[in-house]
Amino acid sequence: MRPAFRNDAYAKVTGGAKYTDDYTLPRMLHAVPLHAQTASALIKSIDCSLALQSPGVLRVILAEDIPGTIKFGQIIKDYPTLAHKRICSTGDVLALVVAESRAQALAALPLIKVQLEEIPPIFDPEQAMLPTAELINPDYGSNVCNYHRVRNGDIQRGEADSDFIIEQDFSTSRIEHAYLEPESALADLRPDGVMEVIGSMQHPFSTRRFVASTLGFELSDVEVKTVPIGGAFGGKDDTAALVCARAALCAYLLKRPVKLTYSREMSLRESYKRHPYKLQYRMGVGKDGSITFVKVRMVADGGAYCSVTPWVTWRSTVQCCGCYEVPNVHCDVYGVYTNNVFSGAFRGFGSPQVNFAIEQLVEIAAQKLGLDEISFRRKNMVRQGSTTITNQVLDTHKVSLQEVMDKVLKEIDYEAKRAKCSFGDPKQDKWYGIGFAISYRGMSLGAEGVDFNSAIINVQPDGSVLLETGIHENGQGSESAMILIAAEELGLPVERIRYRMPSTSNIPDGGTTVASRGTLLGGGATTNAAKILKGIIAETLLKEYDLSAERFENGQILTPDGQTICTWEKAIALCYSKQIYPYAFGVFQAPRVSWDEETGHGNAYFTWVYGCQAVELEVDPKTLKVTLLNLVAAHDVGKAINPAMVKGQFYGGLAMGAGYGLFEELPLADGGVIATNLHQYRLMRATDLPEMTAIIVENPDPTSPSKAKGIGEPTLEITAPAIANAIFRATGKRYVDQPLKLRL
Amino acid sequence: MIIVNGHKHKIPEALLDKKLSEWLREDLYLTGVKIGCEIGVCGSCTILVDNLTRRSCKMLVKDAVGHEITTIEGLSGEDGTLHPLQQAFMDAGAIQCGFCTPGMVLSALALLLQNHHPTRSEIRQALKGNICRCTGYQQIVDAVERAARIMYPDPK
Repeated sequence: MRPAFRNDAYAKVTGGAKYTDDYTLPRMLHAVPLHAQTASALIKSIDCSLALQSPGVLRVILAEDIPGTIKFGQIIKDYPTLAHKRICSTGDVLALVVAESRAQALAALPLIKVQLEEIPPIFDPEQAMLPTAELINPDYGSNVCNYHRVRNGDIQRGEADSDFIIEQDFSTSRIEHAYLEPESALADLRPDGVMEVIGSMQHPFSTRRFVASTLGFELSDVEVKTVPIGGAFGGKDDTAALVCARAALCAYLLKRPVKLTYSREMSLRESYKRHPYKLQYRMGVGKDGSITFVKVRMVADGGAYCSVTPWVTWRSTVQCCGCYEVPNVHCDVYGVYTNNVFSGAFRGFGSPQVNFAIEQLVEIAAQKLGLDEISFRRKNMVRQGSTTITNQVLDTHKVSLQEVMDKVLKEIDYEAKRAKCSFGDPKQDKWYGIGFAISYRGMSLGAEGVDFNSAIINVQPDGSVLLETGIHENGQGSESAMILIAAEELGLPVERIRYRMPSTSNIPDGGTTVASRGTLLGGGATTNAAKILKGIIAETLLKEYDLSAERFENGQILTPDGQTICTWEKAIALCYSKQIYPYAFGVFQAPRVSWDEETGHGNAYFTWVYGCQAVELEVDPKTLKVTLLNLVAAHDVGKAINPAMVKGQFYGGLAMGAGYGLFEELPLADGGVIATNLHQYRLMRATDLPEMTAIIVENPDPTSPSKAKGIGEPTLEITAPAIANAIFRATGKRYVDQPLKLRL
Repeated sequence: MIIVNGHKHKIPEALLDKKLSEWLREDLYLTGVKIGCEIGVCGSCTILVDNLTRRSCKMLVKDAVGHEITTIEGLSGEDGTLHPLQQAFMDAGAIQCGFCTPGMVLSALALLLQNHHPTRSEIRQALKGNICRCTGYQQIVDAVERAARIMYPDPK
């Protein structure tokens, strides 16, 4: 395997990499937030007079001080920069204290006196959906934030055609992203009137919109720059953007640089979580082993603010039957407002919940039919040319579901080992189990929104290259992937390509770095930019030498039959001498997708990925402690640009998915997060995990200019059901609530 | 006096009760000391005190007086040459967001100074106090194994 390549590794391994909180500016002030102590109330008054007398305090900022718009949001503008008149969640921020030092700002927090009038809160989504329920967001007019559905085939006929019908409810919990670096932002109003912001956020363009809306600025008057961030996993979108907007608000009002760094407690309290779901499935099967229908109702607790709940639940809708062909489908999915801490984007984005249910349901069905879990899946899984439950024909790429499944089952030696499973045998002092799960996943945003990205390649007179794209480095290694793609296209060593510190003022809005779309969209734009650049160089060389430049290899430019025309440096120098800029702007526009909200039909995603994961584990019959023994995963990535980093995504996803399955949950009390720090939120540690095997499957994707697809999310969306299936074969019991809490 | 990365620091009275992590970050600009939880659970602020791992967020400056501290900044040479452990982290693909990396490297170094040929399970045990949310630890364990082979090529 190629050695790992990361353009930021040296800085990160020497401690030189500077994250937001590592920056200090002259005359910099510090801000801290005052959080609500209750989930639902009217704000009667906020008295800041005592806090203002506290040493070092310069100002206490309230919603009334916001020059722009108080509320903003990516879909529904319901998320307040500072709570105004009403509190909807314990994550609400009522005031910002700005002081000379952070300690001084923190010391003044308890001196702010808040008078409230409590409103009865609603914490149960089913209760919130009742027509008689009080509205949590009266401006929106309903507690049902969104509703999606699929109607396909004839559900009555499906019922009639069934030999067995399985009904099963599942539930999944609220979990924390637990990125290692809590939110932080540093804002400075420049002399030219531009508000400059760096922050621990994953979406510079989304952040720019939040900042501009709060300040009442034009987008061009806000510049968001990228610095290293300590993890995101989907979690540094709305909240992180709002932390940036608050720092900018302080900097705007005080005309000094302001840093706003969250403690872990603040981060846990305020940031959005993975949506907890209740899923009610009814599945019919025929004696021939085919699925005859699926009827499902899902309710997702969106919490107090919309965030991206409509998009998360849309993915659950499209993928509600897992990776299987189902002729008759009736699916209803609701995203619901409650007074709980809100839910938003989290790696997986509506698929981990659905896969947790469906990948157990198919095994329950197989068992009912007396079939094994492999043949049942083989019979019903999507194949080349299959039609999905939303009427999309899978024919634009290689459908490799069977390939990834076979590779995993072979690697782990599944069929031999399943004979050894304990099924709760009272005679055994250790229960052994093996299990697996499979999935397909629509790539990128799909019909959630417009999907395009750009890249700039700017070759300097000495032949060195500046590259940037509209994709953000969240820690996954996106910059390195883009450098590798450009290096291969241009035939240059990676050392000659510098990824330029990205800024929202220098490259067009490329959308958010989510949905495993970084390598696919940014890589596509990079490939296209490189092709344009090569065209510019080739045209210049043709005029000069009357030779057709086609091959760019090892720093040389060659004719189609391998004749060297000149070196890269000479070609670039020639361009400059002829008044030609070796500069290219490349765009990748994702192929069109479609969606009909009424029927739930459409080509939901322009391409799909396929994955399989298997697990071996042991359960102690006395303590019911689960020990993971082995994890194996195969995912089709189209093309592995940076294999070591692709594997890193596998391992990291498996670990996160295993934590989701075994113990991660974030309980609330009265709508607020109980955990005050990481001692109350268990995360996978090095000793909790077994050795893992990553099998990279490459079927180059014709719809992707770089041939690569995404890998960030597929890797964690099936680990939990694979573990549930293994626990079933170890203990003989099905656990349908995540996390899997074993009971005697 | 505290020695940090080979440099001697005289400690004024007023600083004795400051958090060690804050002193290192704010006064010495050693921002490789990362803050993830401030209660000693995540391991991001790990430093070496006399070659043993300590959580700098759980210490006061006075606790370190008379001792020798190593932070991640003290590992590479003055000319930027990497310590074999740092090189191994890069080569093994053990770095993603990088926030756990300084603490992780220092915990690994403390292990290797004591145990030149650790097993993978001993490596996992030594890194148990350092949370990584990105990598699943696999390539970090690979990196420590790789570094051990380079630092101590002689067999057991």
